[in-house]
Amino acid sequence: MEKWENNKAWFLVLPVFIIVAFSSILPIMTVVNYSIQDIWGPGQSIFVGTEWYEEMLADHRLHDALWRQFLFSGLVLLIEMPLGILLALAMPKRGWGVSASLVTMSLPLLIPWNTIGTIWIIFTRPDIGLFGAAVNQLVEFDHTARPLDAWITLMLMEVWHWTPLVTLLAYAGLRAIPEAYYQAAKIDGASTWSTFWYIQLPKMRGVLTIAFLLRFMDSFLIYAEPFVLTGGGPGNSTTFLSIYLVKIALLQFDLGPGGAFSLIYFVIVLLFSYMFYQALQRVGKGEKV
Amino acid sequence: MKVKKKTIGLVIYFGLLLMPIYWMLNMSLRTNASILGSFVLFPTDATFTNYIKILTDSSWYSGYINSIIYVSINTIISLVTALPAAYAFSRYRFLGDKHMFFWLLTNRMAPAAVFALPFFQLYSSVGLMDTHIAVALAHCLFNVPLAVWILEGFMSGIPKEIDETAFIDGYSFPRFFITIFIPLIRAGVGVTAFFCFMFSWVELLIARTLTVTNAKPIAAIMTRTISATGLDYGLLAAAGMLTIVPGMLVIWFTRNHMAKGFALGRV
Amino acid sequence: MTLTLEWMEWTLPTAIFFSTIFLILVAMTIWQTVAPSIERRGFLPIPTTPGDRLFIGLLGSAYLFLAWLALTDFTLWIMLGIAVVWMIVVMRWG
Repeated sequence: MEKWENNKAWFLVLPVFIIVAFSSILPIMTVVNYSIQDIWGPGQSIFVGTEWYEEMLADHRLHDALWRQFLFSGLVLLIEMPLGILLALAMPKRGWGVSASLVTMSLPLLIPWNTIGTIWIIFTRPDIGLFGAAVNQLVEFDHTARPLDAWITLMLMEVWHWTPLVTLLAYAGLRAIPEAYYQAAKIDGASTWSTFWYIQLPKMRGVLTIAFLLRFMDSFLIYAEPFVLTGGGPGNSTTFLSIYLVKIALLQFDLGPGGAFSLIYFVIVLLFSYMFYQALQRVGKGEKV
Repeated sequence: MKVKKKTIGLVIYFGLLLMPIYWMLNMSLRTNASILGSFVLFPTDATFTNYIKILTDSSWYSGYINSIIYVSINTIISLVTALPAAYAFSRYRFLGDKHMFFWLLTNRMAPAAVFALPFFQLYSSVGLMDTHIAVALAHCLFNVPLAVWILEGFMSGIPKEIDETAFIDGYSFPRFFITIFIPLIRAGVGVTAFFCFMFSWVELLIARTLTVTNAKPIAAIMTRTISATGLDYGLLAAAGMLTIVPGMLVIWFTRNHMAKGFALGRV
Repeated sequence: MTLTLEWMEWTLPTAIFFSTIFLILVAMTIWQTVAPSIERRGFLPIPTTPGDRLFIGLLGSAYLFLAWLALTDFTLWIMLGIAVVWMIVVMRWG
């Protein structure tokens, strides 16, 4: 659709600009200010230059949290993308099953994040949880004591929580493929696999790109669920970037290091946001989602 | 035969999906003593004690009221500001439009943990700490961009000829926008309101940081209970079940629009 | 309710930093109004407008600064020089 050229449209955007600038630009400026000072009270501070940055960049707990974060997001994508696509292929295409599947599928997406953590505490505790008790019949399993078990529990929770988003997006992509494509494939005698590989997958590329990037970004920012479920433990084994940052900035109230950490975190996120935006633009220009 | 195998797989997945939720429901219907005393798959001694306690104890139910107040304020602010902006993005090219759109998007992606500390300082300095309006405004950070994004998608689906015809017929912009355009995209407005409501409802970190007692959301009350000693699982499960209810209600009413919202990939 | 700026803990260097960015944005806006530019393709893998290149340049500089702080002990002024060169390269040929 060709758009009208008119700079007066800015007036329509102005309210949004003001309200988001208030909530976004002021805080970011503040964080930049904090990051180069040592502050111990209102108006009581000294300029320390880049000291906090050097300290945070050399902080091995930050490095650990960063690699942990990438590992987590990587695993999330590795499991959720194929599983989500598989489920989307299995969803019914017509009849009453469509509504029922959609509603059931969306259920985990609509549960508050801290409640997700609560559900999984109750579900996986060895003494009272269905899952915890069942697994403990076979092997010893305790996510509060053993790092590997904590990771398994977190991954299960994450997959349970967010795979439906991939499924819903992939399903929407599948539904947009015209019936004629399938008929042509049938005439050619294409197998299920080649139909998937040569028709369905390429046609889903747009939505899958979006799903991939959304899942990456959101898993990269994860806070509430691991905070409730493991509190970052046992030890530091599930301390992700957000959890570590909150510990420094809000619990220890170290404004300087917290500010430096925030900006490092923000710059990483900004890069991925830009890639996300570029991908969106391409999807928008090319085939319609 | 092939179709059947698919369906069986899907049904098994749905079973696994519902199991944790069922387990919480099970726990919520039992007293703490009963939960710790015996392990049963079905509550044999079902009781509503936990729910009654939450609905009668103001330190619990005020959490739900606080959450609903700030979530509603936030949804209204988000919609009212985002509607004209989304129209501008879907209809006009203007100086810096793409950069503006990208900047909005980055706020949807920004980690809440980065903003929590400056928000705390900002709202303390203006004396808005522990008020509903503070949380509602802070949540605009990610909800306003989200609303613009979703609405823009829906608005782009409406042909521009409708606008042109209305303007030729002598409609002023505000009159056209309110009486013709918004009714045309009411599904989109519904979906947007739904997502704003949800994302404000599920957010924990900022809401917890900006509140002490008067506006404390249910999410913060629940996490406080978790860290306390002598955890009452039955009560916690019941509180959790009640946080799911609004989502369940909304999902049922918007189930047809939702698919479309997801189809646009704008969540 | 009065909005004071004390809580923001402003310092001179950060004030200069943000003023510079603000002035660059104003200058870019004026330039765009006077002589509208179109997307073009440089050595960057995507077609870009001057605004895109400004963003890529600034973000790239941020990464360069962080790398410099993490890996070397030299003064930041050298890095500032490198960043300016990088900005010019991206704006001109990106």
